[in-house]
Amino acid sequence: MNTQLLFKMKDYLMQRAIFVVLIVLIIGIAFTDPNFLQFSTFINILQQSSTRLIIALGAAFILITGGTDLSSGRVVGLTAVISASMLQIDTYANRFFPDLPHLWVGIPVIVGILVGLLVGLVNGLIVAKLHVPPFIATLGTMVGIYGLNSLYFDMDPNNSQPIGGLRPDFMKWGSGYFDFGGGYTLPYIVIIALVVAVICWVVFNKTRLGKNMYAIGGNVQAAHVSGINVARNLILIYAISGGLYGLAGVLEAARTGGATNNYGNMYELDAIAACVVGGVSTAGGVGTVPGVAAGVLIFGVINYGLTFVGVSPYYQLIIKGLIIVAAVAFDIRKYMAKK
Amino acid sequence: MKELNVLEMRGISKGFPGVQALSNVTLKVKPGTVHALMGENGAGKSTLMKCLFGIYKPDEGEIYIDGNKMAINSSKDALNSGVSMIHQELHPVPHRNVMENIWLGRFPESGFGPFKFINHKRMYEDTLKLFRDLEIDIDPYARTGSLSVSKIQSLEIAKAVSFHSKVIVMDEPTSSLTGNEVEQLFSIINRLRKRGVSIIYISHKMEEILRISDEVTIMRDGQYVGTWESNDLTTDLIITRMVGRDLKERFPERTNVPGSTLLKVEKLTSSNPKSFQNVSFELKRGEILGLGGLVGAQRTELIEALFGLRSVASGSLSIDGKPVRIKSPADAKKHKIALLTEERRVTGIFPVLSVYENTIIANLGRYENKLGLINESKGKADAALNVEKFRTKTPSVNQQIRYLSGGNQQKVLLARWLLTDPDILLLDEPTRGIDVGAKYEIYSIIIDLAKQGKSIIMISSEMPELLGMSDRIMVMSEGRLSGIVDGKQATEQEIMRLAAQQRSSATAGGQANEHAITV
Repeated sequence: MNTQLLFKMKDYLMQRAIFVVLIVLIIGIAFTDPNFLQFSTFINILQQSSTRLIIALGAAFILITGGTDLSSGRVVGLTAVISASMLQIDTYANRFFPDLPHLWVGIPVIVGILVGLLVGLVNGLIVAKLHVPPFIATLGTMVGIYGLNSLYFDMDPNNSQPIGGLRPDFMKWGSGYFDFGGGYTLPYIVIIALVVAVICWVVFNKTRLGKNMYAIGGNVQAAHVSGINVARNLILIYAISGGLYGLAGVLEAARTGGATNNYGNMYELDAIAACVVGGVSTAGGVGTVPGVAAGVLIFGVINYGLTFVGVSPYYQLIIKGLIIVAAVAFDIRKYMAKK
Repeated sequence: MKELNVLEMRGISKGFPGVQALSNVTLKVKPGTVHALMGENGAGKSTLMKCLFGIYKPDEGEIYIDGNKMAINSSKDALNSGVSMIHQELHPVPHRNVMENIWLGRFPESGFGPFKFINHKRMYEDTLKLFRDLEIDIDPYARTGSLSVSKIQSLEIAKAVSFHSKVIVMDEPTSSLTGNEVEQLFSIINRLRKRGVSIIYISHKMEEILRISDEVTIMRDGQYVGTWESNDLTTDLIITRMVGRDLKERFPERTNVPGSTLLKVEKLTSSNPKSFQNVSFELKRGEILGLGGLVGAQRTELIEALFGLRSVASGSLSIDGKPVRIKSPADAKKHKIALLTEERRVTGIFPVLSVYENTIIANLGRYENKLGLINESKGKADAALNVEKFRTKTPSVNQQIRYLSGGNQQKVLLARWLLTDPDILLLDEPTRGIDVGAKYEIYSIIIDLAKQGKSIIMISSEMPELLGMSDRIMVMSEGRLSGIVDGKQATEQEIMRLAAQQRSSATAGGQANEHAITV
């Protein structure tokens, strides 16, 4: 009986290991420097993690179908540049489009999301209709998109100058916040990420698309036999992911107040790492929104927390690498036959 | 007398959390004999063999080879101790040639000092000698992926012999062989026996067991039942000892009454010229239409075409008198057709998803509300209802389906398709790999469905099942319909004759083995 209980407890903790790691990490940093435990620390971590979460959720869609998406970082760069190029202050000297009229702020935001959606759609078509493996398909778009973005960025009169002078009504999307007084604030971008996460949770768990996504990742042949239109679902899922990357790119421009064609470089790997650490299986069929959020937060806490207590960024990279490998090695154990 | 046994497994016990898979099991194999190991699925045969092969570590018990106690902790240990295993599903390296597959990991080398090269000539000669001894006819240079299953199996047996194995375990070796190939396998086994090699032969096919084996050990529920000389056994005795009770009735009474014609298939011809041709038949409401034939008769291809999984070149379908076109599983669902595929693991279950999700996946529209959200509680309630109705053994509907036994997975898949409220159910080997008790339950469910007026086409390679379950039996041979017979009056001989039609009489005798009585 006792072994049964122990087994159950072990099982319970194994299923939630990611949250345990997150808490241990926070406690460890707090012991090194108690100043870490401040409201502002957590708000800062959340603010920095917001766009990362949106990208990781997009990546999670693809990973759960059993695919992978390398194009997300470059899509972020593309939509950051496009939205920033349309939202500079009217009187700014180095405007990307000197004669562009004053647009309603929503237009470039929507354009950014649509561009992302379009790239996702292309990814989906290549994967579902041409049957190119997702790794290769998105490797292709990743490279191609960067070229496209660099061409756009190099147009006259900008000629590859970093885009600056963004309008305050746009920048507040990324850096504005509700102030409750006494140092208690809540950034808009955190709210946006939270809303996206809740919508994703609903899509994952409560919609036909979500169930189909898990089914396709769980066993694509059985999904086909069950009457699921695999191609249509995949195309839709890749398009949604692309839309999320598009949104993340726009927010990244707003948060940092600028954009260059190198924005988002390597974000795709951070997103996949966060998903994997958060329990999304690269074999497909497995993954949850809270898990992905925890994965993103772990990296957020490492970035901010270890810098806070003065750990060199190089050591931070080593720690991150170890966590990625350890998390997956640990996760695989759950699926291995017990000897 | 112990010295007589080449292999002895004594008092083997092995437990997993929540299950005692083996308790105090004994297996004694004499040299140069074929020793059949029998039991229902879940009786512990594979667990016992995995203990022998070092894949599992037994909690208790000892293994003796030639009277010496052995500690077998890995497959390598097993091979070194003289134990080889031919798995049911073979996994050679397909892109390398035959001889490289045999000598993988121990290529003969030549050279001087630190410079060693693989000696292909010696490898070729060794392979040729091995094949000649066993009278196996394969080119050592052939690409392994291009060989038939039966040839790959011969290759694996030769590999086992090359390890100087004293004991070779064969797990369901005939499951994907044709009649001729079974004969070839048996002659290889006989040659091995003459050379003093012992074979542990795992199979469900009674006729085969009684023909090839010298002794039979029977297991039930993880326990040792006993060992008998094959000469003293009959099919009935084996079944009784495996099940632990007399199976007076293997099939429930058929209470369904076939009515008017529902599905009419006319001159259906596959786009693949090697597949089915010109098949015409009718299916009645409330009828169970058995579909018999040998491996390669294209039965699966036919019903998968009816379900829109395979393309059709010509011919027509009508349901209820109205012509229909079915080009995808989605079309088939629209026309109220359901398909339970033969390969449950490959095309049926979603292993990492729950019983609940596996139940509702083909029918999500039914649980969507106006906002497009899935009503989880309704879905779970329906899944639970089906679990109860079919007496599916699962701790809860949230359990991942991969932890269920084959029979219980099959019940979940049946529930999945019944939720789509089909009029026509296509069942491809619905009881394959399911133990005797669960088979009876599946039969009852099928008969009950027919009684409710649903029309059923059931492919089966088990003769008693075809005869015991079908109102009519349709027999195919080499892609053509060779006849439809009445289920009550048909005999095994008649069906065999139809199934072997168009084949040369020389092979017909061998093919009959495929329909060896199985449990």
